[in-house]
Amino acid sequence: MSDRKPEALPITLRNITKTYGEIHALDDVSLDVRSGEFLTLLGPSGSGKTTLLMVLAGFTRPDRGSLKFGEHEVIRKPPHLRDVGMTFQNYALFPHMNVAGNVGYPLKLRGVSRAERAERVERALETVQLAGFGARGVDQLSGGQKQRVALARSIVFEPRILLMDEPLSALDKKLRDRMQIELRHLHEQLGMTTVYVTHDQREALTMSDRIAVVNNGRIMQLATPQELYEQPANKFVADFIGDSTFLPVSRAGDRLVAGGVTLKTTRPAPQSARLTLMLRPERIRLMEGETGDANVFHATVSELVYQGESFLLYARLADGSELVVRGAIRDETFRSLPAPGATVTLGITPADTVVIADEDR
Amino acid sequence: MTVTDLNASGLRRDDRIERWRLFGLASPALLIVLVILVIPVGWLFYVSFIGADGTFSLENYERMIKRRSYARIFQTTFEVSLITTGLCILIGYPLAYFMSQLPLKWANLCLITVLLPFWTSLLVRTYAWLVLLQRQGLVNDWGISLGLWEEPIKMVHNLTGTLIGMVHIMLPFLILPVYGAMRAIDRDYMKAASNLGASPARAFWTVFFPLSTPGLFAGALMVFILCLGFFVTPAVLGGGKVILVSMQIVSNIELFVNWGAASALGVVLLMLTVGALWIASRFVRLEQMTGGGH
Repeated sequence: MSDRKPEALPITLRNITKTYGEIHALDDVSLDVRSGEFLTLLGPSGSGKTTLLMVLAGFTRPDRGSLKFGEHEVIRKPPHLRDVGMTFQNYALFPHMNVAGNVGYPLKLRGVSRAERAERVERALETVQLAGFGARGVDQLSGGQKQRVALARSIVFEPRILLMDEPLSALDKKLRDRMQIELRHLHEQLGMTTVYVTHDQREALTMSDRIAVVNNGRIMQLATPQELYEQPANKFVADFIGDSTFLPVSRAGDRLVAGGVTLKTTRPAPQSARLTLMLRPERIRLMEGETGDANVFHATVSELVYQGESFLLYARLADGSELVVRGAIRDETFRSLPAPGATVTLGITPADTVVIADEDR
Repeated sequence: MTVTDLNASGLRRDDRIERWRLFGLASPALLIVLVILVIPVGWLFYVSFIGADGTFSLENYERMIKRRSYARIFQTTFEVSLITTGLCILIGYPLAYFMSQLPLKWANLCLITVLLPFWTSLLVRTYAWLVLLQRQGLVNDWGISLGLWEEPIKMVHNLTGTLIGMVHIMLPFLILPVYGAMRAIDRDYMKAASNLGASPARAFWTVFFPLSTPGLFAGALMVFILCLGFFVTPAVLGGGKVILVSMQIVSNIELFVNWGAASALGVVLLMLTVGALWIASRFVRLEQMTGGGH
C-alpha cells in the first residue's frame, strides 16, 4: 500500500431520470461533483436523494442519463465493478464475520495476500480510531463503533469515491456531533470525492463543501453552505434550511413593499412575478431608539418562549402576519424582554433583507 | 425505614401469584405431556426388557446385535433418511431462495402452495403417488407417449418410489425454516458485498449462504429426524422392498406378536434419534427449528 493519497475522481451526472410508475423519483438530474469534494445531498424523505445515491452506487438502474467517474461512463457497470466505497444507514456489517473479517472482505475479494491484508486492515482501523478491535464480534460493538468499522471497510480498498447514506442517523446527538467533525477531518486526510446523503440540515451545513438541496427528484439549489443559508434560490430552500418566516412582497413601481414597509436591500430582487421576504429569526433585532438604516417593523408580542441559550419571540404585525425573533439570552437581555401584549420595534439590516422568488422550484 | 418497606411484602406476593397463574395456564399441556409421552416411553423401556417367557431379560437387545438383518435395517433407515434429506436440500434450498427474493405478496402465494399438501391427508398423498408412478400410471404413460422411454419403468415398490414419496412429504419441513432464515437476511448485506467488489455468485457464497445456514441446518435436521421414524409413505411406496425400522417394529407386533422385540427396536431408534439431535445441537441452536431465536 502506498502512502500517497489515492487520486480523487470527479463525478458527472447528466439527465438522470428514474420513474416509478407516475412518480418521478429522479427528474432529469444533472450534477457535477468536483474531484475531492465533500458534497451533500440534502432533502426531505422521499425527495430522491437516496435514489440518486443508489444510482451512483449502481443499485438503482435509471431510465436514462449518463454517469461518469472521471472520464469513464459507468451507468451500465454493475455495482461490484464500480470500485466506490459506501456506508449504509444501518452499517450492513456482516454478522458472521468479526471486525477484521468485515474490514478485510474487500481486500480478500481483490486477492490481497493474507499478510498485507492484516496490515491494511489494522491501518484502516487505526484511521477510524479502532486499532486492536479486529478480533471483536460485530455484535459486541456500540453504535458509534459499528459506524467506524463500516467506514473502515469502505475506505480500506482505497476507493476514489466514497458514498455515505445517512451514516450518522442512528447515533445519539452528542456522538453524532462528534462524528460529524471526525468525518470531516477524515475526508480532509483521505481526500476522496465524497457524496453524503442526509435529511439533517445542520449536519449538511457542518460537513459539506457544497450542498445540493433535493426535492421531488430535482436539485433545487447547489451551493456552498453559506450561500445556501444567506441566498436561497427559492422558497423551498429557504424554508427547508433554517427556521424562516416569510412576508409576501409586492412591487410598487421600483419599490418593494412588505408588511407596509418599503424595503431597503443590498441585492436586486429576482425577476420572478411573485416575491417573498425571508426573515431568519436570529437576524431580526429588537430595537429601541435609533434604528439607523434598518428596515423597521412595528409589532405586538404574542408569545415569549424561554429555550435556555436563547429566547423565541412571536410577534404580530398590524396586518396579522406573524414573525419569529430569536435572540441570545444574557442575564440583562432576558430581564428587559418585552411581555406579551407589548409593542416592539423590530429591525432588519438591508444586508439581511433577502427577497426571494415565491416558488418551490 | 417504613417508607422503603412500604407495600414490599404485598408486592412480592402479587409477583408470586402472577407466576403461579402463568404456571396454571401451562398445566393442562404439562399433564398431557406426562400422560402421552413420559409414561408411554417409560413403559416402552420396561417392556423392552421383558423376554418371551415374561421375565426380565436382555434377549431383545441380544437378538438385535446377533442378527445381521437388524443392522441392515438400521443402515437402510439411516441411508434413506440421509438421501431424502439431501434431495430435500437440493430441491428445497433453491426454491426457498427464489421465494425469499420475491416481493412479499408473491412469496406468500408461493408459501401457500408449498403448504397446500399439508391440508391433504398423508395417506391420500401417498396413494396418489402409487397411482401416478405404477406401471400403467400417469408418469409412465406420458413418458412413453412422449417418447422419453420405451418400456414402463418400475418406480414404486422400490427405493425410487420410497424416495419420491418421502421427499415430497418432507419438502415443506425443509423449506419453511430455510425460507424464514433467508427472509431475515437484511438485503443491505448483499448490497454491501456487491459494493465492496463481490460478484453476485461471490456475494451469495460468502455472505448469503453462510447467513442462511442456521435455517438450513434446522430444516435438514427436522427432515432427517422425521424420516428416521417415518412409516406410512415408505411402507406403501417401498412395497416391502425397502425395510425401515418403523416397519420392522410393526411386523414384530403384527406378525410375531413380540412386544418386547418391538419395544427394544423403538428404544434403540429413540436413542439414535436423540443422539443425532445431540450431535446436531453442537452445530445449531435447536430453538431455530421452531423459528425462534436468532
